[in-house]
Amino acid sequence: MRQSAQQGTNRTGIVGAGQLGEEMVAATREFPPSSPGDARAIGEVRMAYAQAGEGLGETPPPGSLMDKAKAAVTATTGGQPTLLMDKLGERLAFEHAGARLYEALLSKHRAYGSFEGGPSGEDVLHILTEEYDHAQLLERAIKNLGGDPTALTPAANLAVTISAGLPQVLSDPRTNLLQSLEAILVAELADNECWTALAQLARQAGHDGLTQQCLEAIGHERDHLGKVRAWVAAGQGRSAGEGGGAEMPEAGEGPAYAAGEEKRGEGRDAGGRPAGGKSGKGRSTRRERQ
Amino acid sequence: MAINLLRDTGVPLEQQRFTWRELVQTPYNKLMDDAFTRVRVILMNGIESEALRFGHACARMNGPWQAALAQVRRIEQHQQTMVNWLNPADQDPLETTIGFEQVAIEVTAAVAEKEPDPYLAQVYRFGLLEDFDHLYRYSALMDRLQGKDANALVQSYSDIVPGRPTAIEHRHPLDDLRKPYDRRRADPLTKLHALTIMAGEHQTHDYYMTVGPFFADPVARQVYAEIASIEEQHVTQYESIIDPGETWLEKWLLHEAGEVYNYWSCVESEGNPRIRAIWERFLDYELGHVRFVARLFEETEGRDAAEVLPERLPEPIRYQSHREFVRETLRRELTLSAVGAEFVDREQETEATRAYRDQLNSEGSPTEIVAAGYVWRPGTELTDPATRVRSVSPKSERRAA
Repeated sequence: MRQSAQQGTNRTGIVGAGQLGEEMVAATREFPPSSPGDARAIGEVRMAYAQAGEGLGETPPPGSLMDKAKAAVTATTGGQPTLLMDKLGERLAFEHAGARLYEALLSKHRAYGSFEGGPSGEDVLHILTEEYDHAQLLERAIKNLGGDPTALTPAANLAVTISAGLPQVLSDPRTNLLQSLEAILVAELADNECWTALAQLARQAGHDGLTQQCLEAIGHERDHLGKVRAWVAAGQGRSAGEGGGAEMPEAGEGPAYAAGEEKRGEGRDAGGRPAGGKSGKGRSTRRERQ
Repeated sequence: MAINLLRDTGVPLEQQRFTWRELVQTPYNKLMDDAFTRVRVILMNGIESEALRFGHACARMNGPWQAALAQVRRIEQHQQTMVNWLNPADQDPLETTIGFEQVAIEVTAAVAEKEPDPYLAQVYRFGLLEDFDHLYRYSALMDRLQGKDANALVQSYSDIVPGRPTAIEHRHPLDDLRKPYDRRRADPLTKLHALTIMAGEHQTHDYYMTVGPFFADPVARQVYAEIASIEEQHVTQYESIIDPGETWLEKWLLHEAGEVYNYWSCVESEGNPRIRAIWERFLDYELGHVRFVARLFEETEGRDAAEVLPERLPEPIRYQSHREFVRETLRRELTLSAVGAEFVDREQETEATRAYRDQLNSEGSPTEIVAAGYVWRPGTELTDPATRVRSVSPKSERRAA
């Protein structure tokens, strides 16, 4: 399958419609709107509903008295135990969804093959394996903190809604490998951003073990993002180094890491990616220290 | 292609088979196919949906025919699946909604133009102006919610301007009932028209009731609620024009004939050869259904099917733009309303209708809100600099603060 669209039939624009298009515009002069105003009228209704409405939901409470006590201790040290649990749920949902995306990408790769500079099947499998590992890591972390990894937290629900279009693209038999990678790129961008936030929240809450695991995951995600960017760029006949894409933050950037364990830039290449294949083998073996 | 409803045998029921792979085919292409391919798919889904709906109602009232109904209905189920699954996944519910309204405009206009009964032609023109307004309201919603131009779907065949404003389409239920055709004297085309439009409107209603809650935006949810209510009125209107004196089997036979007529109309106009092959296949299936039901009808009622069915089908439905017909109807009949089964000027509306409408609109009309001052422009209203300026004017900032 070709990676780029071909020139041919496309009936959606008005230019190709000729006289029919001109008549469309002429009709608006003869038949004006039935009521005055503008699009701001919609905003007013949205505000009214928002003021009267409810939020997206709540996180479940800790399962045991011990867990409640842990959460209380975390709160006294400046942590946000509820937010942390919500965001752990978010990442877990996203990693599960991400794994399914890569499974679909694998089918796409097997169906259509790759392109010059595109991923090999092993490349896709490698990332997929790391997504599985990340999900396991998060499941353990939620349990260790007294949470229920099967609960759909508000942030998890939000993340799934935000990325609802991604599986539609990946599972559509009509999309090719490059189009699928463009959807994957959106997922990886979000993943990178959100793992960073999760690491900061874990640090604020004083969970050093979890923080370290997040940093390792961030390393993997930086690697995924760099690769996917390069594949998309190659598919479009350009180089990923030609200013393509937003700048990737260092894993240790941000105030939460000012006195962090990881030294900024250590073990990373010029693009902020973990150097020397560390990311490729970084399956987490550490457990959260409680 | 000439069809003989009384003699063509079509495909016998026992040879009407499917596989799951066949049922789920490659959909039409949203960017490349003609808008009327989408229109045909949406209408034929409605036609098959009506076949199932009628078949179940009939079975619930007529024990002796349940076996025959079950056999035909199972085939119609799979026909509907194959047709409805031609809608592509990259066509979201609001885009499909635009397709539904284009069906309601262009197919109703085609029917109104050809309807031999002047009263019923008026009924269709009356409904047409209301559905025409829905296209405008949903287009405003698409523009203002998603920043998309509905004309990418409409493909310049149907004007996107106000019709009879939806806010004043709300009428008391008794003012939505019309006079039925007389089954003994009505032209066969009249019966086929009525079944076609009733089926299309019923499916439109059911679709809006299904997808309305998919939207997060409260105005979108309200717009679907409001227009779904009008579609319920339209179903009330269109089912009331069908003679309730027809026997169950007569109705069943007419349903099957209506399906033949509609698939044949699709065959005659379809430009996509892959989709056309589906229409041809199902035309043959429906001819098989007509034969099956005609035999049951003749054995049960002791009447010749020719008493109900014409030998030759009338002219097929014309799948083309009816722009001038619609505009002329707008110019002449915009201010019409209904009192009972009669059409009157809005000033003569019943107190019951006014009270009903005032109550529903007492906290505002969603379709007025969504299209406040809306003028469709190629590429969305955001291509108009004045619109962009208004959107960030101090008025909205003050409200937000």
